[in-house]
Amino acid sequence: METKNNWKAWLYLVPVIILMAIFTFFPIINTIFVSFTENYNYLNGSFTGFTFNNYIDILTPFISGGGPGSTFEAVVQIALPNTLLLTVITVPLSIIIALAIAIGLNSIKFFQRIFQTIFFLPYVTNSIAIGMVFAVIFDTDYGIFNFLFGLDGHPWVALSPSAIVAGKTINYWSAVFAVSFYIIWNSLAYKILIFLSGLQNIDKQYYEAAQVDGAGKLKTIWKVTIPLLSPQILYITITSFIGAFKEYNSVIGMFGTEGGAFDASTGPRNLTTVVYYIYDQISGGKVHYASAAAVVLFIIILIFTWLQFKVSKKRVHY
Amino acid sequence: MEKRYNDLELVLKSESLSTETKERVSKIGRITSLIFIYIFLIFVAILVIFPFYWMLITSLKTGAEIQSLQPTFWPEIIRWENYSDALHRLDFGTLLGNTIFVGIVETIGTLLTTIFAAFAFARLEFKGKDALFSLLLATMMIPGEMMVISNYTSVSLLGLTTSHGGKLAAIILPFMVSVFYIYLLRQNFKQIPNELYLAAKVDGKSDWSFLWKVMVPLASPTLITIFILKLMGAWNSYVWPNLIASGDESVFLITNGLRSSFNVTADYDEYGIQMAATVVVTVPLLLLFIIFRKYIMKGVGRAGIKG
Repeated sequence: METKNNWKAWLYLVPVIILMAIFTFFPIINTIFVSFTENYNYLNGSFTGFTFNNYIDILTPFISGGGPGSTFEAVVQIALPNTLLLTVITVPLSIIIALAIAIGLNSIKFFQRIFQTIFFLPYVTNSIAIGMVFAVIFDTDYGIFNFLFGLDGHPWVALSPSAIVAGKTINYWSAVFAVSFYIIWNSLAYKILIFLSGLQNIDKQYYEAAQVDGAGKLKTIWKVTIPLLSPQILYITITSFIGAFKEYNSVIGMFGTEGGAFDASTGPRNLTTVVYYIYDQISGGKVHYASAAAVVLFIIILIFTWLQFKVSKKRVHY
Repeated sequence: MEKRYNDLELVLKSESLSTETKERVSKIGRITSLIFIYIFLIFVAILVIFPFYWMLITSLKTGAEIQSLQPTFWPEIIRWENYSDALHRLDFGTLLGNTIFVGIVETIGTLLTTIFAAFAFARLEFKGKDALFSLLLATMMIPGEMMVISNYTSVSLLGLTTSHGGKLAAIILPFMVSVFYIYLLRQNFKQIPNELYLAAKVDGKSDWSFLWKVMVPLASPTLITIFILKLMGAWNSYVWPNLIASGDESVFLITNGLRSSFNVTADYDEYGIQMAATVVVTVPLLLLFIIFRKYIMKGVGRAGIKG
């Protein structure tokens, strides 16, 4: 029976294999290949030779000179720091907040369903559209955020005409705060859902045992809930790190297609991220730079994921 | 004897008292912590809902009201024209048509490839099955940006970026396969007892009819989940269609239209129109969510349990 099935089984797989060969496997190899080519022309696939210069150019100042507007500045001084900063801020904060919400949700009986549904709403929204809403909330002159916190005319996202007249600039850290706020708001839904379904699968016996031992509430959370939830926490940590390294839509949603323009004295000039840089280079026709940057991003993600597995080996209880 | 009995009673009494108070204290503690939990959850719920609320009321305000120094939490004068202006600005008919076309074709294509592949991986035996499946799963680790670059080159080399139909095909084709959904459906197919398969074999049914008559109906909740999530994905997709369109508005999807029609400006009459446009883009998703809440949350949640 097994041999009889053989060729038929492959027949079922033909669509997937063809599509993935063209749009998944070939591009992975090709991107690595293109990242080592010189003068690659994406329109006809021609190039003049092989080189390490794409990597040298985006990672060091030796070729571009490293001044304003150079490749080095765009990647190493703007895109990479922005991406790392957003990752380091949003990933731990959103995980801790989501955990607190999930534990809270798990310990109530009434309205649990309603809360759960409300908290899930950001997941089913368009991140560009809601990014635009946050830009309005963080408006300089008439934004509700400034009004509620009594911050008269503080620019977060874009400068209003009156702010330009007043000679104001957007402080880099203000922009980072606003976009982090949005990213965390947007990313809680998925994490709460995963944590809550993990919590609901924990055997009640563990809690009863902790109660018999006289453990307090916080101690029970720390010694029972968190360890038993560690597989979900690891999963969420890894996926959110990967997601944060690929941050793009939230920046585009809030700051528009230019990534904003900020006071350079307080940090990078704009909030463009690594993925932003990659897409920018593709639309600009410089596919070899985009490829090199994508390979660098992939390696960073690989290292981080590997590190997290290493660290978690001792801490995660399956 | 009498005295001893009294002592015993006293001891019993004092003990029962202390357990009573203990219980009362722990009950008060439980209630106060519950109150704190509810306050915390209500606070977060307000934070989550607020942007939706603000979007909605701003979409109905006049420019003058948006610019009032005292923000209003309900529009004083409702300006419905924001919506007609927004729809006009967005070229809504074209955007909606493109998005629905791309969404439906992508979703049906994905469902077909997923059903076939999941069936092969769950039920059929062939050489290299495990190796191939692991290879597919491994691709989930690789950031999509690695593929986007070469895919852009590929579709231009295939000549898909010169015509209207070609561009739509270029937007759809790379998204007709999803390894994650293959994984999800394979798990589901595997839960269907093998006895059913063997019985169908005895009845002389082919694999093909077994797949469509037994497995697909049994897995329909998972298939509905995939259908909805995929449709929502098409509604939200921005990057790839934006690259393919590269400014050609006739193939824009809804999100591309939204972002390119409104840029970050501080023209306050614009804000109402802009928010009306975001309402138009957001509401269909919310409706879909309310109708299919169970499928969506189950489908999304399943990823974590297995992870």
